[in-house]
Amino acid sequence: MGEAAEGSKTLHNWMGEPRPGDQDDEDKTLQLSLGLPGGGGGGGWTTPGREKGNHSVAGSSMLSLGYSNAAPFSPCSQGKAKGSPAASTGHALASTHNASQTRSPNAPVIGWPPVRTFRRNLATSSRASLDHQKGKMAAKPEEATKRAPFVKINMDGIPIGRKIDLNALDCYENLSLAVDKLFRGLHAAQQDPLAAGTRECPQESVAISGLLDGTGEYTLVYEDYEGDRVLVGDVPWGMFVSSVKRLRVLKTSDLSSSVSTSSQHPAYADPAFRFLTSHNPCS
Amino acid sequence: MGRGGSHAAPAAASPPWHALPDEVWEHAFSFLPADSDRGAAAAACRSWLRAERRSRRRLVIANCYAASPQDAVDRFPSVRAVEVKGKPHFADFGLVPPGWGAAAAPWVAAAADGWPLLEELSFKRMYVTDDCLEMIAASFRNFQVLRLVSCEGFSTSGLAAIAAGCRNVRELDLQENEIEDCSIHWLSLFPESFTSLVTLNFSCLEGDVDITVLERLVTRCRNLKTLKLNNAIPLDKLASLLRKAPQIVELGTGRFSADYHLDLFSKLAAAFAGCKSLRRLSGAWDAVPEYLPAFYCVCEGLTSLNLSYATVRGPELVKFISRCKNLQLLWVMDLIEDHGLAAVASSCNKLQELRVFPSAPFDAAEQVSLTERGLVDVSASCPMLESVLYFCRRMTNEALITIAKNRPNFTCFRLCIIEPHTPDYITHQPLDAGFSAIVESCKGLRRLSVSGLLTDRVFRSIGAHADRLEMLSIAFAGNSDLGLHYILSGCKSLKKLEIRDCPFGDKPLLANAAKLETMRSLWMSSCSLTLGACRQLARKMPRLSVEVMNDPRRACPLDSLTDESHVETLYVYRTIAGPRSDTPACVQIV
Repeated sequence: MGEAAEGSKTLHNWMGEPRPGDQDDEDKTLQLSLGLPGGGGGGGWTTPGREKGNHSVAGSSMLSLGYSNAAPFSPCSQGKAKGSPAASTGHALASTHNASQTRSPNAPVIGWPPVRTFRRNLATSSRASLDHQKGKMAAKPEEATKRAPFVKINMDGIPIGRKIDLNALDCYENLSLAVDKLFRGLHAAQQDPLAAGTRECPQESVAISGLLDGTGEYTLVYEDYEGDRVLVGDVPWGMFVSSVKRLRVLKTSDLSSSVSTSSQHPAYADPAFRFLTSHNPCS
Repeated sequence: MGRGGSHAAPAAASPPWHALPDEVWEHAFSFLPADSDRGAAAAACRSWLRAERRSRRRLVIANCYAASPQDAVDRFPSVRAVEVKGKPHFADFGLVPPGWGAAAAPWVAAAADGWPLLEELSFKRMYVTDDCLEMIAASFRNFQVLRLVSCEGFSTSGLAAIAAGCRNVRELDLQENEIEDCSIHWLSLFPESFTSLVTLNFSCLEGDVDITVLERLVTRCRNLKTLKLNNAIPLDKLASLLRKAPQIVELGTGRFSADYHLDLFSKLAAAFAGCKSLRRLSGAWDAVPEYLPAFYCVCEGLTSLNLSYATVRGPELVKFISRCKNLQLLWVMDLIEDHGLAAVASSCNKLQELRVFPSAPFDAAEQVSLTERGLVDVSASCPMLESVLYFCRRMTNEALITIAKNRPNFTCFRLCIIEPHTPDYITHQPLDAGFSAIVESCKGLRRLSVSGLLTDRVFRSIGAHADRLEMLSIAFAGNSDLGLHYILSGCKSLKKLEIRDCPFGDKPLLANAAKLETMRSLWMSSCSLTLGACRQLARKMPRLSVEVMNDPRRACPLDSLTDESHVETLYVYRTIAGPRSDTPACVQIV
């Protein structure tokens, strides 16, 4: 392969010419040089011949435009060649210990595209609000636009808010159970700060129930994109998921006229009323 | 050391220059604009070092682990304004696990002790607690400016401490932080006698705000110039706030949506008409197109427009932006589409910075007609355009070459083609030629992000031509070690290099170890690195901190791993503080 033989210890630039002066001995011993990566294993480089302007497939230049010796690195893309000629060579650089090679081909790539978390949630919720603008909101609850998965939920009297994944639930009943699970411990701790220190008596904490029918100490309400507060449970689940912006667990006794039902009935606070509405918890 | 060459000073007429009193040098140094110039002056001799460090008022710690807080306080005892940055940039995209570090507490504690006259504190990508905020409120009697950017760990309780405790605070600037809502009415803790607010930015706050309290605050702070609201302010309240603060220069509207009502529209338009000084506008989240004309009377004066979170689209959007003839900065979603950018190109000739963000980054099916065309048009028609961030789904070499030819004055060029490894969609070639043209033409380029299908060839060009490049971001690119070698052996001014998912391995890293000490930091994730190389690097370069992380959910059992084992994430930075002691279990310092 020309005068830059395998035994050479000088660093070469891409032309195969010795690099000017200031390489220290340690660098020289690393035997860096250019050449086809596939042959050397371990991603090493080998010394080149003189650049002959030869761009053939078998040629020494790996830098010719349009031909890359190794396939695009990420296994995620191996299924989608996108017209890259390199895909046909099929093999990524020889590194056998690369954890990213164990990623399944169609798994979402973490952190790509490089947008901030604020923007991720916006993307999913923007479609909800775009549809809002076009008045499509009421149309198809079962094809509800995919909502940002985690919705903030705060409970009266508890300073720390939580987040709840609505996509993991499928009906109001499960939502009520999830809320109970989230806040029961915190709620008990608020009532009796001393009990929070002991983990031995979880069964003594009181379940938070009656969130949906007005019978409990607390009631679940939500805020939609218009900023209105609405009692949870009136609309079909799918429609609820696509319009809910955040959830609140309020003391039933504190419910004020700022909270409305979807039908704007003034008797919202009357427990009897809730039973009169056609409410199928698991539709 | 010469005394001015042939002009020997007559005896006793004036002291030799190096015996001039410190105050003279301190005054001279105050004219040096850049910290790096001051640093260079300080390195010249002991008296300059003494004069410079004692008179330094502003300090930027670009990597909170590069020096200890005590180092900073000891060296610069008279600092009045500090900015500290923590996590690496890729933390913005979820690549850094929670608990990684970058706690603000040690900095606040050292500052409270060593800089009691501190006036300004700025944290970026750091973990700031309510305790930190309480300490700030209690420790600095003349505290004026608090800026928190992309931070987390605090709640509205901390803000309450600032409001209640900082009598002279002028600026409270909260940008894109994760703030826990404790439902405490922190705004109402600003005393009734408090009137010094110039900047109030709580746009990232998720919770409710007491609007009456806000109105009273805005009314009595006659010097308020910047007001950025959050989601909780309805449109009619926005109008009344504006009437109380017509002197406003920068406004973040928060939401901008409501059902269309003519009287609300008129109220808004009238309120904006009164804001003769308004120059910078942002927000308009969920904006309803019918309300955009309310902005029309301020369009002429706007120099900065940030609609990057606004999901509005269509002719109203384009009409609105086209009226802003004096725009210098435009951030917008790709919903503007190519035709909208063409309109921007012809109307906004003073544009200096353009950012176009993806409205549906994870949904390939969501087709928005924004392509390379838009960027070509803007760069052709806006002669002062120098900074670009552009997300799109397709690109060609020809477009990039045209852009490079039209705009050699780029200082920042960040192109993100959303699908990794996307080639030129017409020729199916890698985009090497296009990006090479950019670096060859734009001699002043300081920041570059590349994307699409790229081979080592582009890195050869970057290494050879990008002499002023300070920050480079690479993802899913290159095909061998050569690519990384070109960068590390070239790029004379490189400070920050962040790489993910590239086939770069141990050899170029070790061959260019010395380069890493001339840089602030290097991030490499999902590349081809082995632990052995990291160990070698750490041994060879004691002034570098070599951090490895494999699985963010698990402890990293460094001692039991062999040299051949793969390293998923490497973060290397120069430091005079030695290895940090606050790493979580998943991060190990080699």
